Amino acid sequence: MVAATATTPAGARPVRAGRRLRLPAWLGTTPFLAYVGLFLLLPTGIIVVNAFRSPSGGANLSSLRLLFSSTARSYFIGSFQLCLISSAVGAVLGAILAYAIASGDPDGVVRRLYIAVSGVLAQFGGVTLAFAFVVTIGPVGLLFHASWYYSFPWGIAVIYAYFQIPLMVLVFLPAIDGLKAQWREASDSLGSSAWQYWRYVGGPLLAPAFFGAALLLFANALSAFATIVAWENQIAYIVPQQIYVAINSEVGLSSVNQADVLALGMIIMVAIVMTGYVLLQRRAARWLR
Amino acid sequence: MRSPHRYTLAALAALALLAAGCSSSSSPSSSSGPNWATVTSASSGGGMGKLIAAAKKEGTLNVIALPPTWANYGAIISTFEKKYGIKINSANPDGSSQDEVNAVKQENGTAAAPDVLDIGMAVALVNTNLFAPYKVSTWSDIPTAQKSSAGLWYQDYGGYMSVGYSAKFGTITSMSQLLGPKFKGAVALNGNPTEANAALNGVMMASLANGGSASSIAKGVSFFQELKSKGNFDSVQATGATIKAGTTPVVLNWDYLNLPSYVGVSNWKVFIPSGAVLGGYYAQAINKNAPHPAAARLWEEFLYSQAADGGQNLWLAGGARPVEQSAMTSDSSINSADAAKLPAVPGTPVFLTQSQATDAANYLMANWAKAVS
Repeated sequence: MVAATATTPAGARPVRAGRRLRLPAWLGTTPFLAYVGLFLLLPTGIIVVNAFRSPSGGANLSSLRLLFSSTARSYFIGSFQLCLISSAVGAVLGAILAYAIASGDPDGVVRRLYIAVSGVLAQFGGVTLAFAFVVTIGPVGLLFHASWYYSFPWGIAVIYAYFQIPLMVLVFLPAIDGLKAQWREASDSLGSSAWQYWRYVGGPLLAPAFFGAALLLFANALSAFATIVAWENQIAYIVPQQIYVAINSEVGLSSVNQADVLALGMIIMVAIVMTGYVLLQRRAARWLR
Repeated sequence: MRSPHRYTLAALAALALLAAGCSSSSSPSSSSGPNWATVTSASSGGGMGKLIAAAKKEGTLNVIALPPTWANYGAIISTFEKKYGIKINSANPDGSSQDEVNAVKQENGTAAAPDVLDIGMAVALVNTNLFAPYKVSTWSDIPTAQKSSAGLWYQDYGGYMSVGYSAKFGTITSMSQLLGPKFKGAVALNGNPTEANAALNGVMMASLANGGSASSIAKGVSFFQELKSKGNFDSVQATGATIKAGTTPVVLNWDYLNLPSYVGVSNWKVFIPSGAVLGGYYAQAINKNAPHPAAARLWEEFLYSQAADGGQNLWLAGGARPVEQSAMTSDSSINSADAAKLPAVPGTPVFLTQSQATDAANYLMANWAKAVS
């Protein structure tokens, strides 16, 4: 603003400066900050504070002990298995699909179609998705009854892959597009094989972006709740399901503090994963321009 | 200028309005009637006539967690509205008992707070400090074991755990048949037993059917472990929609939620396993800070009325067993046609005590997921 007024003709300068409201630059960000504050930071703060309280209200570590109990461990192991499998499957298949799309016509109809469909399917989750699987391969499925459908974590991981693969396509495609054809040509003209190109050029270049995207998928799977509840709701396999039980139990097992402690565990998991994501993104950004 | 006083003024004005609203609705100062918020029976408040007049003056009743298809609540609400000209605000119809208690606490003092609760016993017994004592006119017809002597809560309707199943399986008469090969992926509960009361009782019914007692749910858990290992356990939570879609062809649930008329599937059968008759009742309670105290009390009188269009017979029409059923059977005020439609009860019913229910919940917490995953 200052620079702009300085370059205006001298006569107009005092008038314009006088009429302009002098708003501080950060004002424009307040809607965003208020939004993040109310819907992200405040709830997170409440969860963290409550996790360090006993059910009666005093500050102590008794609730936190739950985090290290064998029952809580089984929920975190369940969440970890599900996230790991679904993000690994999503990352590998999504990367292959992204590579196939990238090697096609950059303005072709196939590419546009796949990107549009991926954008839709990456958001396709919850009850609708689980129901789609139930009626096709569930116990009385239209196509067949897959016996592995209700085995944890494989059955639910397949369902998660349905939105993980398109998400991988969306986040990984820019990285593949960033691979310049000249690098391949240079590698070829120096006499290297396809294997050598991927081993020494393409692979190392894509690796940070690939693992970064895989971590994003991992975090994406961690918080998915409606899908697994619609898949099955009689056994708590993963942390979000147990948080639901801790909040809603009508058989005398409800404890908001337990829910907060489990949520704190999830926050820690996400923090670790997202730190890894940021570090890998920074590494990938060095050449991805 | 931003003035902090402006907000103070606004808050004061809002408080004044609220206070005015409360006082005009809770104590009709002009008629110098009783304070209905502390009245413990219709007669001590001056009789039904006075109660009806005071309730009509309030004009509104807030109810919570009453699904219109559940135990005939749709008809019960509309009958009450028509009969007394009182508008019913039905909040969060699919909420749980815990949601009801949370709403009483969080909305305390506002005009939107629930006036009356229809609540599970496990939640009711630990929240009696939120309830106002009141005894309906038919109080003596409620069995002693099914009400608090102080009148803080009183059971309203209930049923027995039952097995509902698609008629394509033929006729089923015992739980052990469900272990057979034709029930692959078929047997479902109504939720997670560590969370939902109906599911906990489903496991308890399996325990009773397999030689367990009300004091131990362990045999029920091993029954489901066997069911799971044979591939017969269906982990989809049973709802009306899953039954219609055929994804839960066998459902363990309260009998009033398992009737063909309730699930809306014609080829649906239901039975109560012999030797495993497990009963469960919900209870009524009045919010002690109810925004409409007279309407709340009139609602209870209506629910416990034995008239043909009273709450007891309306619940029965919805397949639920009203708490005054045995008294009504002896004085013939019961709708015998509706009573005849209920599934047969083969044996003496078992009701879980509070400590038995807690023990069962704790056992499930430690063992359920391990046994069936």
